[in-house]
Amino acid sequence: MPDPRSTPRWRALVVQAVLVLALAALAYLAAANAAQKLARQGIVAGFGFLGRAAGFDIGQSLMPYAAATATYFDAFLVGLLNTLLVSVLAIVLSTALGFAIGIARRAENLLVRAFAAAYVEVFRNLPLLLQLLVWYVAVRVALPAPDDPAAWGQAVFLSQRGLFLPRPDFSGFAALVPLACAAGLFATGLLIRASRRAVALGQKPVPVLWPGALLVLGPPALAWAGLALAGHPVPVAYPARGPFDIEGGLPVRPEFAALLIGLSTYSAAFIAEIVRSGLDSVGRGQREAAAALSLSGAQALRLVVLPQAMRVIVPPLTSQYLNTTKNSSLAVLIGYPDLVHVFMGTVLNQTNQAVEVVTLTMCVYLSLSLATALLMNRYNARVAGARR
Amino acid sequence: MSLETEGYVRKTLIPPAPPPRRLGGPLAWVRTNLFPDLANGLVTLAILASLAWLVPEALRFLVLDAVWTGTSGEACRPEVVGHPVGACWAFIGEKINYLAYGSYPAAERWRPNLFFALLGLGVAWMLWLDAPKRAWGAAYLFLVFPVLAYALLAGMPALGLASVATGLWGGLLVTVVVSMVGIVASLPLGILLALGRRSDWPVVRYACIGFIEFWRGVPLITVLFMANVMLPLFLPGDLTVDRLVRPLVGIALFASAYMAEVVRGGLQAIPPGQMRAALALGLTPLQATRAVVLPQALKIVVPGIVNTLIGLFKDTTLVSIVGIADFIRVLEAARADPRWSAPAVPVTAYAFAALFYFAVCFSMARYAGFIERRLAAGDAR
Repeated sequence: MPDPRSTPRWRALVVQAVLVLALAALAYLAAANAAQKLARQGIVAGFGFLGRAAGFDIGQSLMPYAAATATYFDAFLVGLLNTLLVSVLAIVLSTALGFAIGIARRAENLLVRAFAAAYVEVFRNLPLLLQLLVWYVAVRVALPAPDDPAAWGQAVFLSQRGLFLPRPDFSGFAALVPLACAAGLFATGLLIRASRRAVALGQKPVPVLWPGALLVLGPPALAWAGLALAGHPVPVAYPARGPFDIEGGLPVRPEFAALLIGLSTYSAAFIAEIVRSGLDSVGRGQREAAAALSLSGAQALRLVVLPQAMRVIVPPLTSQYLNTTKNSSLAVLIGYPDLVHVFMGTVLNQTNQAVEVVTLTMCVYLSLSLATALLMNRYNARVAGARR
Repeated sequence: MSLETEGYVRKTLIPPAPPPRRLGGPLAWVRTNLFPDLANGLVTLAILASLAWLVPEALRFLVLDAVWTGTSGEACRPEVVGHPVGACWAFIGEKINYLAYGSYPAAERWRPNLFFALLGLGVAWMLWLDAPKRAWGAAYLFLVFPVLAYALLAGMPALGLASVATGLWGGLLVTVVVSMVGIVASLPLGILLALGRRSDWPVVRYACIGFIEFWRGVPLITVLFMANVMLPLFLPGDLTVDRLVRPLVGIALFASAYMAEVVRGGLQAIPPGQMRAALALGLTPLQATRAVVLPQALKIVVPGIVNTLIGLFKDTTLVSIVGIADFIRVLEAARADPRWSAPAVPVTAYAFAALFYFAVCFSMARYAGFIERRLAAGDAR
């Protein structure tokens, strides 16, 4: 029976129809205004500009990029890859640091607890932008001047321009090395599954850590040595002192280092708080029961407390990972060529294709958010499913 | 009992066990908290050693070796002063007006001062939970104050207040204005969005979900860039938007999406029985939401709101990237002053900014914690 006080059906429909019309009218007006103004400025709408020559250089790129031949789309890809690189590394580092500090906040040792709490309060309560500025200045001050770089065996150089490492070239026969590494990773995955199955069947777990490390590192080393013996050594480009700066090799720029350090230490403070609340959510009886079973403190944490805490930890951890990815856009401040810097900065200034550039950049971040959310939701379903 | 079991019976007393280790007293406290085992003891010693180095070093930099007076960077150079130099507070002292007001005309600085005082009044009214007439406080802060502040800062020639272009505003003033606009716009908008997200009407619900997830999915910088380049495009004719207003619009929309999620958390925590009971009393759904559900929901999300505000306050630093002269940008400009070029100046500038942001954010965080404990105490009764 319909509730006499609830809004009549027809009224709900009318209100919603009006809302749809109003939104559509707003969108139409905005689009019409934009089209008119763009036409007046002589800008051709559409994504055709992506094929035009970019003609500017980018300080760091994970793919071949030359100012002379690259298009705007290449610049977009370079920026995207740089964003992904720094985000993924920052997520890994901040997770390790954040878990360590979160666990330290519940340590036995009073000073360790106080230190962890101080870390969290300081890094959480300062704007990331300020921290990045400080890290950037600190990194540059700490490094030797560009005309007098520190050198290790003429293969590794370090100066304010960055850390220059030898760059191996994994093409042709040398592709065997990364392939061997991938095979090792796959084998380790199988090992982990075997270990899980053994535990599920009530047997002793198969050791994973050392065999896994051997499987991942051993085959590539063997492939490297084998190729050298077979007369096809992996070509390595060594950095060398040029007339103005160090040239060649694999440069790691100070902007990248500052951004990575700043982003990781900042996110770690938030992850530490998430981990702490996760640990607090596990009843103290669990720890006491583990101690009664004569598990050591570390074992109790690893085998009893953390697995249960993960249920509470994972959902906020997901959004923290998304925040880290989004925060990497602050790279624009210190000049690390991430997506926002390259695309919304340089490309937008050169082409004036505001609508297209903004749309494309936002779509990238939105899809990254969506992809991470989906992945973490699946993981979360698995962890939460183990409720007993 | 046979002879075999006889061997199990002890013939002599075992020696008395030593007394248990003391569980009380300062020594026992030190043992359990600082030196429970070897590894922990080593960690304790390492932390103590680094503290022994860090604390005197910080004290030396901030107070003992700091330069308090001077008129140029010369005063903060070790070779001029003759001893190692810590913070160059003389630099902050000379630039303090610039850091607070930017290029706001010196003769009109009473206006930002009055603005800060009026704001302080409104904020104190809201934060002091037992203050009289808090509804009036909310009305003041969210309705009266924004109008007053605009008239005061931008000027109103009709009232004899000369207009001051927003390009002249700067420093702390801009940081506070940006945060205030974010707060004043995001709370009401966020509440509306949160209610809309729980609406029975699919169009309203999906519009709100789309809006919230869009703003939460993109970084604030891209929002600011978008506001900068796209907002003028969307407006009809030759209508232009003030350069300060563009990031304000971006921040307001961005913050309201985050606020909506906080409020939604509160709405979900209210048991559905509250709504049904209110409807059973004859209230309309609108009345029930306004008078029963929303007040309870808002009460429990106060800590979440304050935490969002901390994030918002930290995020306002991002407007410096799109060319707004906020606190950070003004500080960077001040430290680039060639007259004040000394190695100690950048360090001092960053230390000052860090102390400022830490003081504000940390006290807000403490306040949120206090509210949380107070709410928990109320629930425990």
